[in-house]
Amino acid sequence: MANGPLQIKAISGHAGPVPGRDASRDYDVCKLIDVTTCIGCKACEVACLEWNGYPFRDTVFDNTYQTMPDLAWNYYNLIRFDEHENDDGTLSWLMRKDQCMHCADPGCLRACPADSAIVQYSNGIVDFQQEYCIGCQYCVTGCPFNIPKFNKETKKVHKCTLCSDRVGAGLEPACIKACPTGCLHFGSKDDMKDLAETRAKQLREHTSHKNAGVYDPAGVGGTHVIYVLHDIDHPERYGGLPKDPRVPLLVRLWKGPLKWLGNFAMAAGIIGVATHYIRFGPKKVEEDATKGTPQ
Amino acid sequence: MSGTAETVERYTFRERVMHWTTGFTYLYCLATGLAFYSPHLFWLAAVLGGGPTSRFWHPIVGVVFLMGTMWMQNMWHRDMFITETDRRWLDRVSNYVENRDELLPLSERFNAGQKLFYWLMFYGSLLLLLSGFFLWIPEYVPRQVAWMRGVMVLIHEAAALATIGGFIIHIYMGVFFVPGSMTAITTGYVSRAWARVHHRLWYMRATGDVPPNAEPTK
Repeated sequence: MANGPLQIKAISGHAGPVPGRDASRDYDVCKLIDVTTCIGCKACEVACLEWNGYPFRDTVFDNTYQTMPDLAWNYYNLIRFDEHENDDGTLSWLMRKDQCMHCADPGCLRACPADSAIVQYSNGIVDFQQEYCIGCQYCVTGCPFNIPKFNKETKKVHKCTLCSDRVGAGLEPACIKACPTGCLHFGSKDDMKDLAETRAKQLREHTSHKNAGVYDPAGVGGTHVIYVLHDIDHPERYGGLPKDPRVPLLVRLWKGPLKWLGNFAMAAGIIGVATHYIRFGPKKVEEDATKGTPQ
Repeated sequence: MSGTAETVERYTFRERVMHWTTGFTYLYCLATGLAFYSPHLFWLAAVLGGGPTSRFWHPIVGVVFLMGTMWMQNMWHRDMFITETDRRWLDRVSNYVENRDELLPLSERFNAGQKLFYWLMFYGSLLLLLSGFFLWIPEYVPRQVAWMRGVMVLIHEAAALATIGGFIIHIYMGVFFVPGSMTAITTGYVSRAWARVHHRLWYMRATGDVPPNAEPTK
């Protein structure tokens, strides 16, 4: 963290140990989204655009309150609106702030072939570095949340940075700053997890949402963006949030064992022909002009 | 069939242009493809103008490669059918590998090994183009079938590795194992002795010359 260097190491004329020394912990950041208190105001969408310096895109009306059907290369943050009919005939209006989840095991990073195009910071932020991006879009294939978006003109892929530029300067992400209901929180993963569990427990005990829970999917090693959901068993109701997201098996296969198998086969092939040459040598042809020449 | 007292024309000018069209386009796709394949080889992309440049040209050059392959198919496929003699040749391929060529059935214009390499590259390049098409413009592939892309990468890599296996052997044989092949595919000519030893049936048919030690085809 940016304030790390300002932690006191030594104090002049001070008896005894330095206060606070060794008290700090490894700090990985986390965004908590409590969908139960989101009112769908889209202030976070606006803040995101403003901070990242993107102009407003044309909105696309699709019979919901949603700004557009999907995220875009210059639209990192989108509130998804879904109407769900409950078993008792009542209607739930579900709103979920959709953006990059900053997985601990990022499928995009695993799938990317371009050196340095995707980095994962020790605080958990997964960031794209467009200057190194080659535009192959393997990250799109690797992402279980369908987040990275391709700019057809620049041939670069973009997504939410979790405001790595703000966080690096000790600030909270722009969306957090703009949220008027306090449904967005930002802090360490431990603290956010704690807060989320407390809120989920509160919902279970004091509201009709007996199945409220925290979405922090283990299949991708946990995420640095977590949700409190009314019904943790049905995340897919919230604009298709996957129930058990994983880096696709095929991506893990071709980036893992198959790669090494292929490397081994190519090396073995080259060693094989070299060995053959020193064992058997070239095919010599007896150059005898008298044999078989036309009469 | 042109040639001199010492030489026979093995590849026409058109055949050589066609061969090197496929050769150089394959090499380019190989180098850039290996760059995307392994982080240890990503420097190849840097050498060839950078990652984005390589990503831009790889599929386009790939299409040129496939066009070259189709040209080759048009020119050579008649010479490439696997015959009964070829099967017998393949049964005894260890004699070829270990330089006991006199124990092999006589070869036509291309021997059975060359024919196998040809069909490997032909079907390999078809697979590479079909799968590569999905990888080229994934932004136009609907999300519902996006999972196909994982399968296509797998097919693309498997087909590429298969052709690389053939390619390693092809380069080894052309440059080291069979002296005279490189001159044949660059200048078009081989010595009569070379033609007699390696492709006797073709040699006899092309020149009308029956060498004294020629054996009838079994």
